[in-house]
Amino acid sequence: MNAEVEKMFNKEYEAMPLDKMRELQFERLKWTLSHAYNNNPFYKKKFDEAGFSPDKFKSLADMKHVPFLVKQDMRDNYPFGLFAVPLNRVVRVHSSSGTTGNATVVGYTKNDVNVFAEVVARCLAAYGATENDVIQVAYGYGLFTGGLGLHYGAEKLGAMTVPISGGNTERQLMLIKDFGTTMLACTPSYMLNIADYIEKKRPDYKISATRLKAGILGAEPWSENMRKEIEARLGIEAFDIYGLSEVIGPGVSTECSEKSGLHVFEDHFYVEIIDPDTGEILPEGEKGEIVYTSLTKEAFPTIRYRSKDITRLYHDNCKCGRTLVKMEKVTGRSDDMMIIRGVNVFPSQIESVLMEVEGTEPHYQIILDRKGALDDIEVKVEVNEKLFSDEVKVLNDLARRISDRFRSALGISAKISLVEPMTIPRSEGKAVRVVDKRKI
Amino acid sequence: MNVTQLSVFIENKPGHLQNVLKILAEKNINIVTLTIAETSDFGVLRMIVNNPDEGIRALRESHVACSATDVLAIEIDDTPGSLFKAIDTFARRELNIEYMYAFTEKREGKAVMIFRFENPETAKKALKEEGYSIVSKIDIIGA
Repeated sequence: MNAEVEKMFNKEYEAMPLDKMRELQFERLKWTLSHAYNNNPFYKKKFDEAGFSPDKFKSLADMKHVPFLVKQDMRDNYPFGLFAVPLNRVVRVHSSSGTTGNATVVGYTKNDVNVFAEVVARCLAAYGATENDVIQVAYGYGLFTGGLGLHYGAEKLGAMTVPISGGNTERQLMLIKDFGTTMLACTPSYMLNIADYIEKKRPDYKISATRLKAGILGAEPWSENMRKEIEARLGIEAFDIYGLSEVIGPGVSTECSEKSGLHVFEDHFYVEIIDPDTGEILPEGEKGEIVYTSLTKEAFPTIRYRSKDITRLYHDNCKCGRTLVKMEKVTGRSDDMMIIRGVNVFPSQIESVLMEVEGTEPHYQIILDRKGALDDIEVKVEVNEKLFSDEVKVLNDLARRISDRFRSALGISAKISLVEPMTIPRSEGKAVRVVDKRKI
Repeated sequence: MNVTQLSVFIENKPGHLQNVLKILAEKNINIVTLTIAETSDFGVLRMIVNNPDEGIRALRESHVACSATDVLAIEIDDTPGSLFKAIDTFARRELNIEYMYAFTEKREGKAVMIFRFENPETAKKALKEEGYSIVSKIDIIGA
């Protein structure tokens, strides 16, 4: 037995032979489809309209007849319309950012919470973590799945878990040193922010003098260049953890010690790649939109959820010993969703914030940049006749109110710049809404 | 009669003030006095012009964010302590000044200052009672 194989948290599933895995997936899909159809009116109606019923599901090839689930379906069924168990069996909910009507809510039964912890524990084990590790969770705790997801996974593994939540870099550094933290879970941009902070404010602080050895990084897209930079500047290993709340949260797939591609936990999640334009399933190895189906989830069965994430799937006899399919690091999205400091934001949400503040739709433009290590968001708002005042304090107050509303509705701090009318470039009569200057 | 001030939104960037002044120059509009309140990102240009109606029309045509604001032009003796006395009067009458600026030209030993009060009509009434001379539009533009 080689050393890598020993690291697996659940070898039975992580190293399951491919044909056995497909059999397991088929059985679990049958259960999921019937469960959703019999216990959730939305799914029943959707399946009926598509002329599909769970008894027609005879092999994995029949997946193409199952209708897709899209983000809008979740919004339309806010808050609990996609749950397939009575609410008294739901023990936890998480929710995406978004104003009412734009928010999406996901729920978990006791069993779902266990599965969530299990897949995260598997990720941590893949980075070499054991019960001897001290895992500091610097993802936000709350409605966001990152904090609690990593927390319960780390506890499941048996590691000492430090629930510090996000921000307060000085305190993060203190606990890394005092508690002997070996792994820090946060967004990759926050990890770089920590490196900046040490260089500028704490040149005396040496990561090499602590026990920190790895970063568990996710919740936003990041590149190989960022990995190199993090590893070089902090002298730690940087691992990618991937997930989305609609499927379960972090732990849908993970990198292993090879750090090339992310293994999908196929005993809990069925993945397909489709052509984003036609919806046709593409053969393994081709690039397209990844579509997820949960296989064991009770409270909120996710069936053929269109993630909008562009990637490809492949098998490469990974040296780590896992037989699970791999997905490439996500490189792009098939729609206009932005990920800002780990928070999903749609231009439409920005629009509704502005409309709420002033009751009128001003012209605006979103400028995304990376200042230092953190995403920087600036929203330019054209001052029209209605918004304008001869008093500076009224204008400053307007900018502050918009900024406050962004923070409360979307959870992001944005710089609001008031600009002159007609200065935001318009193409074909429509404003260019998003300028993304970030290099990831 | 109140004086009409043009208030204009301009970004705090090179060339933006110039753009506004060019629009007025092309319409042959004379600026009698002006002031700018600035922040790091933008400023509000406030000015008294000889033809405010024409001025605001020209600016709107060029998509400039602007408004016409009623302000009071008040004569104050051009002697030490006179402004202090005036402000003291405003305080006593509880008239809150939003902003103020001075005219460039003095008239017969008097300085004319522009005041934007929270409530212009109350201010006008109170100041008349206090014996202040409020300059009308016609006086200023010298028509």
